[in-house]
Amino acid sequence: MARGEIVLGCLAPHPPHLVYADNPEQNEPFSEGGWETLRWGYQRLARKLKNIDYDTIVIFTPHWQTYIGTHFLGLPNFKSLSVDPIFPNLFRYHYDLNVDVELAEAMRAHAEEAGIITKMMRNPDFRVDYGTITSCHLLNPDWDKQIVTISSNRNRHYYSVEVMNEQATALGEACARAVELSGRKVVMVASHSLSHRHFVEEAPLPEDMSREHIYNHSQYVWDMKMVDLMRAGNMREVIDLMPEFTEQTMAETEGGGLTWMMAAMGYPDYCAEIYGYQSVIGTGNVIAAWDPNEQSREVVL
Amino acid sequence: MSEGPVLFGVHVPPHPQPLLAHEQNDGWGRLRAAFEHCQEQIELSGADILLVYSTTWPSIIGHQIQAHPEPEWVHVDDDFHFLGSMPYKFRMDVEFAEGYRDAAEKRGLFARTVAYHGFPIDTGSVVALSLLNPNNRIPACIVSSNLYANRSETIVLGKAARDTLEAQGKKAVVVVVSSLSNRMFTEHIEPHEDRIHSQKDDDWNRKMLEFFADGRLEDISQLSREIHGQIRVSKVVAYKPIWWMAAVMGQHNNYAGQVHAYEALHGAGGAVITLSPTSHSIGDKEFDEDDVEFYRGDRDVLTKGMI
Repeated sequence: MARGEIVLGCLAPHPPHLVYADNPEQNEPFSEGGWETLRWGYQRLARKLKNIDYDTIVIFTPHWQTYIGTHFLGLPNFKSLSVDPIFPNLFRYHYDLNVDVELAEAMRAHAEEAGIITKMMRNPDFRVDYGTITSCHLLNPDWDKQIVTISSNRNRHYYSVEVMNEQATALGEACARAVELSGRKVVMVASHSLSHRHFVEEAPLPEDMSREHIYNHSQYVWDMKMVDLMRAGNMREVIDLMPEFTEQTMAETEGGGLTWMMAAMGYPDYCAEIYGYQSVIGTGNVIAAWDPNEQSREVVL
Repeated sequence: MSEGPVLFGVHVPPHPQPLLAHEQNDGWGRLRAAFEHCQEQIELSGADILLVYSTTWPSIIGHQIQAHPEPEWVHVDDDFHFLGSMPYKFRMDVEFAEGYRDAAEKRGLFARTVAYHGFPIDTGSVVALSLLNPNNRIPACIVSSNLYANRSETIVLGKAARDTLEAQGKKAVVVVVSSLSNRMFTEHIEPHEDRIHSQKDDDWNRKMLEFFADGRLEDISQLSREIHGQIRVSKVVAYKPIWWMAAVMGQHNNYAGQVHAYEALHGAGGAVITLSPTSHSIGDKEFDEDDVEFYRGDRDVLTKGMI
């Protein structure tokens, strides 16, 4: 069996607004559009993915929050209706997705070997979180790839951002070992925003773009600092700054997704592909990708 | 004996063990029995509505109020999925939910009702309503716990609930769904190994239970920030449920309290408690937190020219 590999890493924020704005047939509400900078960025990244040979999307989601270890979806198929608990007016999505259970179990086994508390989720009534669904829909609207979903253990709440960074690093390295031995070609996805302070009120028309802006300038400056480091290929520094960034901006990096992905990819020192940055209800969101293949790596923005 | 709109209050834990696995641990069984005792009290109370504030329903866009007349789903907990599924079908008081939204808006809050098929009702609400009102004899209302809200916003949210009860002439049993200490073990444990996570958590829980047993609701409310710092994992900005409960029931210590059970739930402190209004009071605390009637939102400190 050939050695497995990570063929792309994506930072893929999951505001349900982006699916809402796209009006896919799976989503019940209807919109007049909105958040084009991010949606067009996603469309371009989705086109790139169509030209990459891969088997499975492995996604780390902060909206499956577990306090007792890290959990993995462990059944081959999940089909249901996902209603966003925060934005039910925007996201009521009928999903039907397939899980790469073999890879999920291998990742779980390697994580356990590394001393991480783990659990397989095998309850067929379980509803897959909207972070997984939103990011996967936007990256692969055809849903023609299997996925592995990994829960976000809330180390940050129980301990600190530093502990989160350490544990997400160990998990990332374990997942990378599992990929290598599986023979799979894998796209890794960290599903989250950067700065994460929301407005607590919503415009009567949620897609009214005259109302959309970053929550405050401090959030913007921090977000740009991180994007600049990504653009320059300094991912080690991004992870080193993670505790400060997370504390200062209430960043959704607190779940560990980006740390996990960077650890799995060996902290790339090449430039990230930046597909777009925009605020959604005040939060800062960048779509970025890390392509290990020099031939297909691009300067996008 | 209550002359106000609240007949009594119930404080219950959000974890699914008393609903799904009460036979696996004696303590979980005692919590289940306490839930059932409260269910009998509710049956006999003549309540028109069960009014639920759940700490496991976080909101961001203001305050959300469940308004689907008959929400129905099969719920599975994010952590305790291996304990089984929780099928439910509840009966909501839509008139109350809409009135509550309007009353909250009148007091300066951003609030909205949610009435969507498949809306994910949270574990705590599902557990509470399944065990306290198993036959849906009494219609219910569930209100979310806003992630960013602090004391003034939560107090005003409680007062808006009381406004609505008074305006609609309804008698309520108020249900708060919350742990005491909320630190769980971060590893898997066998049911028989369950215990409160630390001596410190247990000490603080027992101090709170003394206050509850004495009916000192406002004293606990005033101590809320200290409790948050001592025994609450800081997932949110503050320990809010008692602020809401005091604001709905009345911000004083004139209650008869009864602790029906106190047990560990994967390390967290779970207690089933009732508080009934009485005419006598206890406690001698000086309350140093202001009362608040209207929520004015951000005070725009940064734009007032001081820097």
